[in-house]
Amino acid sequence: MVAAALAPAAWLAVSALRGTLGANPVETLEHTTGQWTLRLLLATLAVTPLRRAFGWAWLAPCRRTLGLLAFGYCCLHLCVYALVDLWGAWDTLIEDVLERPYITAGFTGFLLLLPLAITSTRAWMRRLGRRWVVLHRLVYAAAVAGCLHFLWLVKADVLEPLVYAGVLALLLGARVWPYLRRAFAPA
Amino acid sequence: MLIRRNRLGESLEREVTERSLYLRRREFIRAGSIAAAAILIPGCGRADEVGASSDAPSARSPVRSPDGFTTDETPTPFEDVTTYNNFYEFGTDKGDPSENAGSLVTKPWSVSIEGEVAKPGSVPLEDLLAGTPVVERVYRLRCVEAWSMVIPWRGLPLGQVLARFEPTSRAKYVAFRTLLDPAQMPGQRRSVLDWPYREGLRIDEAMHPLTLLGTGMYGRDLPNQNGAPLRLVVPWKYGFKSIKSIVSIRLQETQPETTWNLSAPSEYGFYSNVNPDVDHPRWSQKREKRIGDFHRTRTLPFNGYAEQVAQLYSGMDLRANF
Repeated sequence: MVAAALAPAAWLAVSALRGTLGANPVETLEHTTGQWTLRLLLATLAVTPLRRAFGWAWLAPCRRTLGLLAFGYCCLHLCVYALVDLWGAWDTLIEDVLERPYITAGFTGFLLLLPLAITSTRAWMRRLGRRWVVLHRLVYAAAVAGCLHFLWLVKADVLEPLVYAGVLALLLGARVWPYLRRAFAPA
Repeated sequence: MLIRRNRLGESLEREVTERSLYLRRREFIRAGSIAAAAILIPGCGRADEVGASSDAPSARSPVRSPDGFTTDETPTPFEDVTTYNNFYEFGTDKGDPSENAGSLVTKPWSVSIEGEVAKPGSVPLEDLLAGTPVVERVYRLRCVEAWSMVIPWRGLPLGQVLARFEPTSRAKYVAFRTLLDPAQMPGQRRSVLDWPYREGLRIDEAMHPLTLLGTGMYGRDLPNQNGAPLRLVVPWKYGFKSIKSIVSIRLQETQPETTWNLSAPSEYGFYSNVNPDVDHPRWSQKREKRIGDFHRTRTLPFNGYAEQVAQLYSGMDLRANF
């Protein structure tokens, strides 16, 4: 699974070296790493509902791996944007983060993922105990921020970002559904 | 430095060229190109391969190129210009137009010239092209998405074309329209934009000698994905103003509706002049990524054509009229 998830990064690296990333290689790097961040983040969020629905206990350990892979792509995405695309244009970088809603959303998503990646180890889980679970609910906010980031970036054709947002809505809905059913169930 | 300015003490070409000779410059160029064509391509002594625009302000401009408008920056590779396109009629990804535009039939093609003109009508493309000398110009193209290219165009000065149809005194604006045909333009099967694509210029912008009706680039006819067979080229405005595959040109008294302005009025104004001081909500316009370069360069007001066009907007609040 890790190898499969790292394949896009390897493909990007090889293409970059061969010069086959198209007319705007930096943009290709940005778009591809961003897409894989979102895909892996949604895959992370799919683990628990699938495990519960089908009793697939073996899926449980995948959650952390997928989450860390998503964070890895997120870091690549941010690095390409900040250190390659905007190299030297630091005023634009600060302005972008503060004033462009889609970049503000994306950067917020990164900041939300950061503590989750740091506290993903067993030691941190033990240290935080119950609070670990509460803290890691931030992943929902990060996923929403990521989907908004994509949606607000697109000029007119919102089909692709809406697909991601739709999948996220399903995954979040799967979590809320049991509570709703209980709340509205006849006594 | 994008515009080569005359250094102090250096002679301008117009200062060392006798005015009577200068005024006959087009004859020489035409005679020369006919001769060259006659030698190089037997039986093809056409005068329209290289011409000089008749009303280029060479006598005022400090730029040394004879017609004053061509940049000496390195053109963007042809491969990039033909595979990285915004032409939503063929799909919304940059690579879609080069993959899908093969379905566009550009022959025969006619353009209807309508509205406030003494001689309206539907004109076959060959006739439209026949009456005006073709010019070749290397222009910068700046997209609103903050990337840019340098493209050697071939085209007709729009003002000269419009003059042939004799605009009336009520012609204050020019409205352009792209072909509407979902069978040929698969992108039109989805309502991503309000088809057909429409654009517009104020009449003085349309008559400005920088404004071209593009027919080719890199010394050949326009590839379909670049707006064949006839497109607008307005180098001081964001690229989306330069409408592609034009079927209608209407002169009118009122400001025309334009597609991106209808789609998002707060993001795309009617004027859409390149302006590093007015940011788009999504993109800072201070810098641009020149395709082929790794890092960004600063964007110039009016895309570096301020000297030629800034006077069109004197007294206007360019922040309000973005």
